[in-house]
Amino acid sequence: MGITVSLHSELREALGEKYVLVEPEDVIVYERDGSIIQVMPEVVALPADTAQVAAVVRAAKRANVPIVPRGSGTGLAGGAVPAEGGVVVSLARMNRILEVDPRNRTALLEAGVINLDVTKAAASHGLFYAPDPSSQAACSIGGNVANNSGGPHTLAYGVTTNHVLGVEVVLDDGQVVWLGGAVPDTPGYDLCGVFVGSEGTVGIVTKALVRLMRTREAVQTLLAVFDRMDAATQSVVEITGRGIIPAALEMMDKVTIEAVEMGSSLGYPKGAEAVLLVEVEGVREHCDRAVALVREICEQTGARQVKVAQDAAERQRLWKGRKEAFGSMGRLAPHYYVQDGVVPRSRLPEIMREVAAISTRFGLRIANVFHAGDGNLHPNILFDMRTPGELDRVIEASDAILRACVAAGGSITGEHGVGLEKRNSITLLFSQQDLDAMAKVRKAFDPDGRFNPAKVFPTPITCAEMRLVPAKIPAGLWI
Amino acid sequence: MTAVTRQLSIPELDACVHCGLCLNHCPTYRVTSLEPESPRGRIHLVQAASQGRIEPNERFGEHIYLCLMCRACETACPAGVQYGRIAEAAREVLGPPGSPFARAVQMFAFRRLLPSLRRLRWVAVGLRLYQRSGLAVLVRPLLPRRLREMEAMLPQVPDRFFSPEAEVLPAIGPRRARVGVLSGCVMSVLFADVNEATVRVLRRNGCEVVIPNAQGCCGALNVHNGETVAAKAMARRNIDIFLGSGVDAVIVNAAGCGATMKEYGHLLHDDPAYKEKAEQFGRLTKDAAEFLAELGVVPPQGRVDLTVTYQDPCHLAHGQRVRTQPRILLASIPGLRLVEMDGSDRCCGSAGIYNITHPEMSQTVLSEKMRMVDHTGAQAVVAPNPGCMLQLRFGGKKFGPNVPVYHLMDLLDKAYGNAGTGERGNAETI
Repeated sequence: MGITVSLHSELREALGEKYVLVEPEDVIVYERDGSIIQVMPEVVALPADTAQVAAVVRAAKRANVPIVPRGSGTGLAGGAVPAEGGVVVSLARMNRILEVDPRNRTALLEAGVINLDVTKAAASHGLFYAPDPSSQAACSIGGNVANNSGGPHTLAYGVTTNHVLGVEVVLDDGQVVWLGGAVPDTPGYDLCGVFVGSEGTVGIVTKALVRLMRTREAVQTLLAVFDRMDAATQSVVEITGRGIIPAALEMMDKVTIEAVEMGSSLGYPKGAEAVLLVEVEGVREHCDRAVALVREICEQTGARQVKVAQDAAERQRLWKGRKEAFGSMGRLAPHYYVQDGVVPRSRLPEIMREVAAISTRFGLRIANVFHAGDGNLHPNILFDMRTPGELDRVIEASDAILRACVAAGGSITGEHGVGLEKRNSITLLFSQQDLDAMAKVRKAFDPDGRFNPAKVFPTPITCAEMRLVPAKIPAGLWI
Repeated sequence: MTAVTRQLSIPELDACVHCGLCLNHCPTYRVTSLEPESPRGRIHLVQAASQGRIEPNERFGEHIYLCLMCRACETACPAGVQYGRIAEAAREVLGPPGSPFARAVQMFAFRRLLPSLRRLRWVAVGLRLYQRSGLAVLVRPLLPRRLREMEAMLPQVPDRFFSPEAEVLPAIGPRRARVGVLSGCVMSVLFADVNEATVRVLRRNGCEVVIPNAQGCCGALNVHNGETVAAKAMARRNIDIFLGSGVDAVIVNAAGCGATMKEYGHLLHDDPAYKEKAEQFGRLTKDAAEFLAELGVVPPQGRVDLTVTYQDPCHLAHGQRVRTQPRILLASIPGLRLVEMDGSDRCCGSAGIYNITHPEMSQTVLSEKMRMVDHTGAQAVVAPNPGCMLQLRFGGKKFGPNVPVYHLMDLLDKAYGNAGTGERGNAETI
């Protein structure tokens, strides 16, 4: 207890009274991110700049407690949940865009900057920031770096790691260093690459230098409507198989359309089994040709209708529906559990049949909305946690889906990260030797294992067990 | 389950899946970057309190009451979470905010003053006397800082209150509808001119206007501040009076009142005698701009040569989803040019009595709003809601640009008046 009190006062001294939260009515809102796992933090610190982050890291080291970085708390794998207590470090106040350099097409950002704000700041120069997670209106650059986030447009542009040139990080002992840099390649180890996708387990990213892309001359958005899921997935196989790489190639199924259209009419046909949202862009001539080709392929594979958005407003309505799909699940059920498995594109038809079979087998409703072009599934299992036994079935069904993805030659996560929820599924993909090699890298940066512990690497107990055996639950763990 | 946890366990909580898309639409989150001052955070707090995991104590109350109730989060929410209802349920459990003295003052206002327009007018007369007699100049320097700030927020009470010449006024030209008009509490005391303009505009649009004497305040301020006993009584009175007057619509020119009246059905959902009537009343309630745009506004012939920007009142844009109609009416005025402002649907910080209960946050939000107004270069701001009008006028004086602030009905009335036909427009004020 003595340690806690001195930690609190040390933090208060560094950050000021207002930005160190310890009261239950303050910290309880930080117990959850966008996933369904929750553990109440002991203390939440909100630093204003890198120096304050370093002060928090040093204080936590002296008190020997874990540090859990948090961006906007939109993550879907429990990455920002303080599973083993300690200090939650919210980077939300560090939201300054420090520089937009149109000549070199880069932006220097603090970790708490909102993804969409980068594009807003760059738009007047004809530039944009490419990785666009569905949560881009809320999620932070720091969180994107931690999870190596993707988005609908990463099909053409690549994920976060392809757009981060350098990062400023606070290391375990409070040192501040820059990794990577403004030039395309820096000599030596790619330590910036170690931080991208590390889920907060090797240090805290405080700034990022990101690449900006030039807005294309023309863009066209198509909506292909299908009466059979099989036909829709086959279209994806055909489109990508013929070497057409659209800017985005997204799938939404019947249940998702129902949720999205419940709010306001956005242009998705209710009752259709599946739709493909296809965006092509580039020079005008290329666009017209790509639109014709995509239309032809979809019609050949059995699309009931293919329509092209007539203006910017129609295109924005369609994208609004897609980007808000996850949030709109709340209209159908009080809880949803989303998986993030990946398969090679050619295996999409069979994996979607398997997801449908799992839905039937477990008696659970599943809404599919995902990055079809990347083979990155997002089955949202709808449920009510208060129904006894339902969560167990949900976890079993998720596990079955992930196993099917891995069996098809894929992966357990495309972009959401491993976090707390998939740390035991990671053994489906990696051998003990693989994991040991990764653990060595982690240990080099985090010798005490205090940066976001209980994430990414497997532990002897599963989330379900933690929930079922109260003795093992850290105070306040709810799943 | 205790009475409190039961009261807080409302079905609206279930729809939130914690996606966070509301965060950056929330004025208090934008200022503080603190999750407990965000919609998602507050919903989580109410949920935790409904499960008995935290107490609805003072700290809890501070988070719930730092909210402006602008409901921008409802517009942003993909799941359609009715945040306003969640916050109102929490406020009902908490009661009005502030110190015991502040709570007593508010309770007196909500239960004794607002329900009686006569008493409210006496208070306004007192205030007018205070402002005009020179007493204000003497007292002001003696007040403690906090009270002095609140005193500075007090609006100037004008010379006259709204008192229409008859309860029923005929349409000008062929009758197209028979409408009731809510006089309002603040509107009738501080904005008699806007009420008069609204009535003239409605009549020029072929409306027979009914302004029942026995009507009262709508109860919006009560509901937003955790007082529902008097609020329900006030709602029942207005329902009886307007439903009994055989009108096609009940017209409101204050966005906050309109939003509350449209939701009377929710307020009285556990009152079997009134539930249905309340819902019917809600369907009849229309914002003046909403009603005129739907009826088809008679194009004004006179000009108003002015460049304006439009502030979407929160309870119009977010509370009632009325956004295009006011713009349609503005576009119908010859000579008028609208320059849209960035974040026009972001709160100005007025929020009912919030500018008095939370002056610091209110003015932080306001200064940002005034910066956006300044960027437009507009000669005037249009904000069809009394709270926004007072706040923006205050903001113009304190932060600049010090441009006039009009109600939409002011400008329409002026445009009709400038055509030189029928009754006078309030041309001299513009």
